[in-house]
Amino acid sequence: MDNGLTRALRQLGAQFNSRIWRLGFAARFFLAIMLHSGTSLRRIHLTIREIYFTGVLSLIIILVSGLFVGMVLGLQGYDTLARYGSTEALGVLVALSLVRELGPVVAALLFASRAGSAITAEIGMMKATEQLSAMEMMAVDPIARVVAPRFWGGVISMPLLAALFSAMGVFGGYLVGVQLIGVDEGSFWAQMQASVDFREDILNGVIKSFVFGIIVSWVAVFEGYDAEPTAEGVSGATTRTVVTSSLAILAADFVLTAFMFTGT
Amino acid sequence: MSRTTLDLWVGFFVAVGLGALLFLALKVGNLASTSSGETYPIYAKFDNIGGLKVRGAVKSAGVVVGRVTEIRFDPEAYLGVVTIQVDARYKFPRDTFATINTSGLLGEQYIGFEVGGDTAMLKAGDTIKKTQSAVVLEKLISQFMFNKAAEDDGGKK
Amino acid sequence: MACSVLLESCAVNLTGVPGVNMSQESLVEIRDLNFTYDSRPVLTGINMTIPRGKVVAVMGISGCGKTTTLRLIGGQLKPTSGEVRVGGQVVHELDADGLYALRRRMGMLFQFGALFTDMSVFDNIAFQMREHTDLPEAMIRDLVFMKLHAVGLRGAHSLMPTELSGGMARRVALARAIALDPMLIMYDEPFAGLDPISLSIVGELIRKLTDALGASSIVVTHDVQESLKIVDYVYFVSEGKIVAEGTAEEMKHSTVPYVHQFIWGEADGPVPFQYPARPYGEELMERAAQRG
Repeated sequence: MDNGLTRALRQLGAQFNSRIWRLGFAARFFLAIMLHSGTSLRRIHLTIREIYFTGVLSLIIILVSGLFVGMVLGLQGYDTLARYGSTEALGVLVALSLVRELGPVVAALLFASRAGSAITAEIGMMKATEQLSAMEMMAVDPIARVVAPRFWGGVISMPLLAALFSAMGVFGGYLVGVQLIGVDEGSFWAQMQASVDFREDILNGVIKSFVFGIIVSWVAVFEGYDAEPTAEGVSGATTRTVVTSSLAILAADFVLTAFMFTGT
Repeated sequence: MSRTTLDLWVGFFVAVGLGALLFLALKVGNLASTSSGETYPIYAKFDNIGGLKVRGAVKSAGVVVGRVTEIRFDPEAYLGVVTIQVDARYKFPRDTFATINTSGLLGEQYIGFEVGGDTAMLKAGDTIKKTQSAVVLEKLISQFMFNKAAEDDGGKK
Repeated sequence: MACSVLLESCAVNLTGVPGVNMSQESLVEIRDLNFTYDSRPVLTGINMTIPRGKVVAVMGISGCGKTTTLRLIGGQLKPTSGEVRVGGQVVHELDADGLYALRRRMGMLFQFGALFTDMSVFDNIAFQMREHTDLPEAMIRDLVFMKLHAVGLRGAHSLMPTELSGGMARRVALARAIALDPMLIMYDEPFAGLDPISLSIVGELIRKLTDALGASSIVVTHDVQESLKIVDYVYFVSEGKIVAEGTAEEMKHSTVPYVHQFIWGEADGPVPFQYPARPYGEELMERAAQRG
């Protein structure tokens, strides 16, 4: 009994230790990416390639999800607003929820599962098949050549995808609210424009999505680089990327929201 | 995939993404309506600002002529001091009357300018003398009920 | 000339006085090398000399520390004690820039090729030229085709690595390893998993390319028959120690039990068939006693 307790405690301690160790390693890795980012900027084509794989290939899922989320917001928002007799505020509700929260957060969650997992799997497989090692032996730094372009590709793609998601969502809300239900088109747009501030709402949303882009890309490249170089190791790392980055996105969203949207 | 098609796709993606941002800024947001032109500050003191918020609109004759940029409390006069940035294109007489109004029954609160007849104009940094505080719904209702009660009392006598 | 030096170095090493032969002609010198991983000794007291222009094999069973030796030479690992000198420079004392400069003159063939899966055969071989030189694309094209021609795969330049057979992938990896005309080429299990034809092709290529480039080659392998055909000198490693060394011919007639078992592929010998365990009889008796 006592023996079991100490063993459990020891296990807990060891797990805690290894978590902290990994966090430190991840921080050091982030620093290394920053220091070796020169190549991905000087040879911009490396980064453009990664924007294609992370950004362009995520377009469909982002656009379709954005449209549906906006349409749902239109339906639900109308239903709720109708109780208070202020259905003309539908545009405000749809736009503010998308631009402030849903756009950056949902786009980032989709991005994590679509592009983040792909980045982890790719880097993990490159490690497992000794491609990273081979690169090192060819006197090419894999962090500069492989990791940094993927990181920056993700960081650049994320705000654009979030903006597309929000724009698509507003369009979806417009389709349902104005075209389907019949809210007055003029007040839909006018009220929206009167209440959505460029700096306070839109720019803060963009900042959010930029931070989420850093989080997802960082987690994805780190998990890939740190993956056990086996098939199981890579699949485990891919799962961890989605779980860790999703949790980190939601936690960071709370912190950012607390900073941005209070006190006014 | 060849380099050029890849570049084309990425270029398309970036263009569409920036387009979406522009759509959000101009069509969804108020970047177009807030003329980024010159403004000048004016102060107004209110007994009660009610639900007025920073960024609230300032309207004259229903047209937005400025925005509330700061709200603070004057600890000596026990008044709320509101800083208003007025569009530099518009000048208002010194005796302009500032009121806090509500758009609709539950809508946002805004400051309304009712123009007086003074020939001197408000300058940057001036304070508006005549103000009317926000209408607080609870006060209105309780006033109404007291009046009603008083009337009833009077009727009995 | 080179041959006589080689014989000389062999003679010196065979007399068991390592480190005396610091001749100009040896490219790689390994002295008293120890490497410990997680407090488990992987290599102990390794001494090796790789002369210029020669193919040297490092043989031993799987997991005896051969690949670790290559990684120590390439500077991917740091020795616990002792040193590796390549071209006169102590590898683990180099800073990052020095190490990268050294690696540009090394080529390495990884166990399963380690071709970059997101690039075509052509781009794989052009990779180092593009990374390290400012050569115009036309010249890179000529160089890549030259390398591909050397391994007989000029026609496969536009294929992706996933479209190649195992033997072809190994040859492409070989062409990539010699892309910058290195002075030292390292092969990690170049024969693993190849069919007999590919096997002899790769074997011959190793010999030919080494001679053509005037480079030195280190072949880490457990394929005895193929490697003894092409190598000049052999080191046998067992449990992190060098147990025998000599020319290929000497090894064939070696009386060292381990070497004999290895070369003739005997199931039992100094390397036991049984994983260390208590005597089986004892264990059976005990179990019977428990049941009974």
